[in-house]
Amino acid sequence: MKFEVGKNEILETQNMIDAQHLDIRTVTMGVALTDCADPDPARAAEKIYDKITRCAGELVPTCEAISREMGIPIINKRISVTPIALVAAASETEDYTPFARALDRAAKTCGCDFIGGFSALVQKGCTTADLRLIRSFPQALAETDLVCSSVNVGSTRAGINMDAVRLLGEVVKQTADLTRDNQSMGCAKLVVFCNAVEDNPFMAGAFHGVGEAECAVNVGISGPGVVFHALQKLEKDAPLDLVAETVKRTAFKITRMGELIAREASKRLNVPFGIVDLSLAPTPAVGDSVARILESMGLDRCGTHGTTAALALLNDAVKKGGVMASSSVGGLSGAFIPVSEDEGMIAAAKSGALTLDKLEAMTCVCSVGLDMIAVPGDTPASTLAAILADEAAIGMVNGKTTAVRLIPAYGKQLGDEIELGGLLGTAPIMRVHHHGAEEFINRGGRIPAPMHSFRN
Amino acid sequence: MKAVVTVIGRDAVGIIAGICTCLAGRGVNVLDINQTTLQDLFVMNMLVELGENDFAALTDALNAEGERLGVNVRMQREDIFDAMHRI
Repeated sequence: MKFEVGKNEILETQNMIDAQHLDIRTVTMGVALTDCADPDPARAAEKIYDKITRCAGELVPTCEAISREMGIPIINKRISVTPIALVAAASETEDYTPFARALDRAAKTCGCDFIGGFSALVQKGCTTADLRLIRSFPQALAETDLVCSSVNVGSTRAGINMDAVRLLGEVVKQTADLTRDNQSMGCAKLVVFCNAVEDNPFMAGAFHGVGEAECAVNVGISGPGVVFHALQKLEKDAPLDLVAETVKRTAFKITRMGELIAREASKRLNVPFGIVDLSLAPTPAVGDSVARILESMGLDRCGTHGTTAALALLNDAVKKGGVMASSSVGGLSGAFIPVSEDEGMIAAAKSGALTLDKLEAMTCVCSVGLDMIAVPGDTPASTLAAILADEAAIGMVNGKTTAVRLIPAYGKQLGDEIELGGLLGTAPIMRVHHHGAEEFINRGGRIPAPMHSFRN
Repeated sequence: MKAVVTVIGRDAVGIIAGICTCLAGRGVNVLDINQTTLQDLFVMNMLVELGENDFAALTDALNAEGERLGVNVRMQREDIFDAMHRI
């Protein structure tokens, strides 16, 4: 019996892990909670806790064993659940924070890093339960540590629910105020989507969609550092099609590894394998930045002219490599451009090269949206809602997922920054337009779904 | 189960002997070896068959032996390299 892979290939893999920050960003177990509905809210919370701890009890030790055997770090172990508005609707209560507390407690018992799914899907309209859930966000996010919430406010088929957008502008602001002693951290756990996907393993937007099975294992892989190093080896004047090819080949390798981990976790946990989400998910560590990949293509600074084109190339090449490597690519797959979680984005924003407007343009061609952006604490709720609406419109018209995580940092001004810690990083406060949009937002109603022909 | 053992460190007398003794004492069969030295750096990959060994316990034993020899030892399942580099 001989080695099937060469010495250089073994060293290449080890080098990716040791020096280029290659890791499995998350193994996320989706758990359906629809069978936990109960008219008695205390009983429903108990059923939720019991089911999660029963299904995901072995998640963390299993991931740790796989990580040890494969020699690849698995950074986060997470749980996603059925949008809680659907489960809590049967309960006779107006206060949904006990459900968030039950989720938090279950995640802590399992030893998980985050639990997502304190969520509502309101693209066409809000049920009573949806409204109760959204109104409970500020308190729930302030009281819990690991619970992540999300709301889908629009879709290409349904249009945008502007009543929900208006409400969420206020809710985001209240969340920032209630968590003011902790850098307005609550807002880092609240995502507003358009065209949300049902199998996304990444936080804060993960939830277990209603079309999903009882339980599923979804894996999110990372690797900006690996792509960056691969591009560094190219000649400076290599044409862009060669750049795309290099990204594609690298994405292929890391997706294959993700699929192996997902299948292994699925087998050991006896839970069906869902998807591999191949997203270039940056961290604040030097050498793990999406912005630096764009700059390595020849931009002086991320955010300057040419950034959108470079990001379009990167995002598409990542998807092509991933799709070739696995038949089960899903989630958000592409490149993430969070500001606070990316060392190069932070530097670009601080230097003034990267603005909110440019980020919005970049979201037209990448896999998510305006992510982890801190804005002045005195930004009006209507302006926050208008930013949410703009981003949802980009998703709706382009038939893609967009998401917004805005942090109106309490008491902070331009020039300040907030330190969120860990993978969430540091967010410089970014400028928003001072002209208002209050009248537009106050109209409420719905922005109708777009035409599907005449795509000009 | 097959695994790849990688040993990297400053070259010295007895590294291969130490690692192989550690493996042989636990009934681990060595299927293939690649070994080179780059200047003073010793680099070795071994393909091994674990048999009935517990992965975590064997990893701990190899790490302890690596520490004694002053080299870095790691063991990973072969699957990760196959997945990444073979279609």
